[in-house]
Amino acid sequence: MSAVGFRRRTVTRAREDEGRAPRWTAGRFALLALALLLAAVWVAPLAWALATSLKPEGEATRTPLRWIGSRITFHAYQQVWESGDLGRWMFNTAYISVMTTLLTVVLCSMAAYGFARTEFRGRRVLYGVVLAGIMVPPQVLMAPLFAQMVRLGLVDTYWGVILPQVAVPAMVFILVKFFDGVPRELEEAAFVDGAGRWRVFWTIVMPLSRPVLAAVAIFTFISTWNNFLWPFLVTTDPNGMTLPVGLVNVQTSYGLRYEQMMASVVIAGLPLLVVFTLFQRQIVRGVAQTGLAGQ
Amino acid sequence: MTPVGTPGDAVRADRSGGARTAGGGPGSTRANGAGPAGVRHRWTDHGLMFVAPFLLVYALFLIWPLLSGLAMSLRSDNITGAGGEFVGLDNYAEALGDPEVWSSLWNTVWFTVLSTVPLVLVGLVFALLAHHVRVVRWLWRLSWFAPFLLPSGVIGLLFLWVIYPSDFGFADQVLASFGLRPGIGWLTDERYAMLSIVLATVWWTVGFNFLLYLAALQAIPPYVYEAAELDGAGPAHRLWHITLPLLRRTTGVVVVLQVLASLKIFDQVYILTGGGPDDSTRPILQYVFQAGFTGYRVGYASAVSYLFFALIVLVSLVQLRLSRRSGEETA
Repeated sequence: MSAVGFRRRTVTRAREDEGRAPRWTAGRFALLALALLLAAVWVAPLAWALATSLKPEGEATRTPLRWIGSRITFHAYQQVWESGDLGRWMFNTAYISVMTTLLTVVLCSMAAYGFARTEFRGRRVLYGVVLAGIMVPPQVLMAPLFAQMVRLGLVDTYWGVILPQVAVPAMVFILVKFFDGVPRELEEAAFVDGAGRWRVFWTIVMPLSRPVLAAVAIFTFISTWNNFLWPFLVTTDPNGMTLPVGLVNVQTSYGLRYEQMMASVVIAGLPLLVVFTLFQRQIVRGVAQTGLAGQ
Repeated sequence: MTPVGTPGDAVRADRSGGARTAGGGPGSTRANGAGPAGVRHRWTDHGLMFVAPFLLVYALFLIWPLLSGLAMSLRSDNITGAGGEFVGLDNYAEALGDPEVWSSLWNTVWFTVLSTVPLVLVGLVFALLAHHVRVVRWLWRLSWFAPFLLPSGVIGLLFLWVIYPSDFGFADQVLASFGLRPGIGWLTDERYAMLSIVLATVWWTVGFNFLLYLAALQAIPPYVYEAAELDGAGPAHRLWHITLPLLRRTTGVVVVLQVLASLKIFDQVYILTGGGPDDSTRPILQYVFQAGFTGYRVGYASAVSYLFFALIVLVSLVQLRLSRRSGEETA
């Protein structure tokens, strides 16, 4: 009884707090100044990459430190876009990340629903096996997994990059915990109306789980987009490389063109930063929720 | 929590395992006992159909490699899995006597020690700042978390090409503008290489810990502070005696997660130094990679990675205990 009232009170208090900002004391000014300084320090390397990419050729290595060259030019961007495989790699990365995210969400939520809500012989044992998998770092498997890919003929294919990343035990764990909290009455009402298991899952349980599914999807997308080791091992053909792998592989072919290197770094980093500024709240919440349970 | 009590439910409770039913089951006592027979039946339908696709992929790309890796570690195979023979525990014996295994393992542990402390502390400081300054929250989230969203390849190239080069690199130039003597071999001098990697890693990934701490701070109900304020406690007193103790559990989880992540270091080192200079920054995973993928000694590489795996499992078990305890406390 008190739990509900208690929670409601803290919620309203929190809201009042948001509205009424505290007074600007000297101490708070000092905190603000410190935060601004640290924010500047954190932004500096990225700003430097951007500044370098906008300099005319040959000016990147000049000293002393200058943020802006003799003029601002997009020459480096034009060069890397026209000469390199950046567009191709970006497509590969996007395709692989989207497919991996979709498959992870579908496979893991189905499995979690099966473990949380159905019964079959060996369910507990199998769930135990899945949970134990949380402890297995994918990096430990690099040699045997690569041998498996050779055997299945999946080296240098999209599926070779995607499939090892989609059965994530930690995500099943997160989703089982969530499904455990969904009231069974909601599903039972649908059963009485004659709905089957499959339909109940897709039309009742999944829509109810949108927040947790979004969290899982966001986390999966970010980690797939940024994954380096596995795509690096399993792709040798430049046409099939993801963005980070491709960049690292061809860095020497840029010669010592720092402006072009930084232009490609900016191009490679930009998509997720744009996505982040658009969906800041959801991403922050998703990462915090999923990160604690998974990782 | 509703106790699960009707006879109809007893069957289900038995089969579905006490722990889960007791912990999470908002039990439906009514429908199973009194509802149409079809409803009870539906609960037991199609279970395998839901888990089968996951299990298939899981078996192919996790269980099987895990077992075949174990088998490989007992053989002297090359990368294609052909041409080797059974050698028993020879690979393990060799690994334990291999000074390169020990030095890479030491580099990994040293990196973990050097990186975990600042990654946790800076993450905490950022979260406290963002939480207490209260204004322009988007700016703190953007500037401190954004680097975490960049691929390791991008981080590597950024630091390798324009931050860490001597003289004209950004790091040297900043030092120079403060009147310090530049020309440091950030990545080429054995004294600095590991520290430079730690520095880049802190900049890159601290945003993750920042978010975890921020979420924990926002979950602290404000009345806790109001009471202290009425008692006349100053900001420093509140931080030390209220906030930090309340964050102790979060800190435990953050530290373990960070240790696990740091132990798995590979990307940054591979791109920034390639393990050098003179193997002084080479982590254990890079040694596995070299043994297996450039030295083609898959059996030996597997043995080394299983030794590393044992270390990870040890840390994971600590984490499991911590998170289980914190779960009990919040329940």
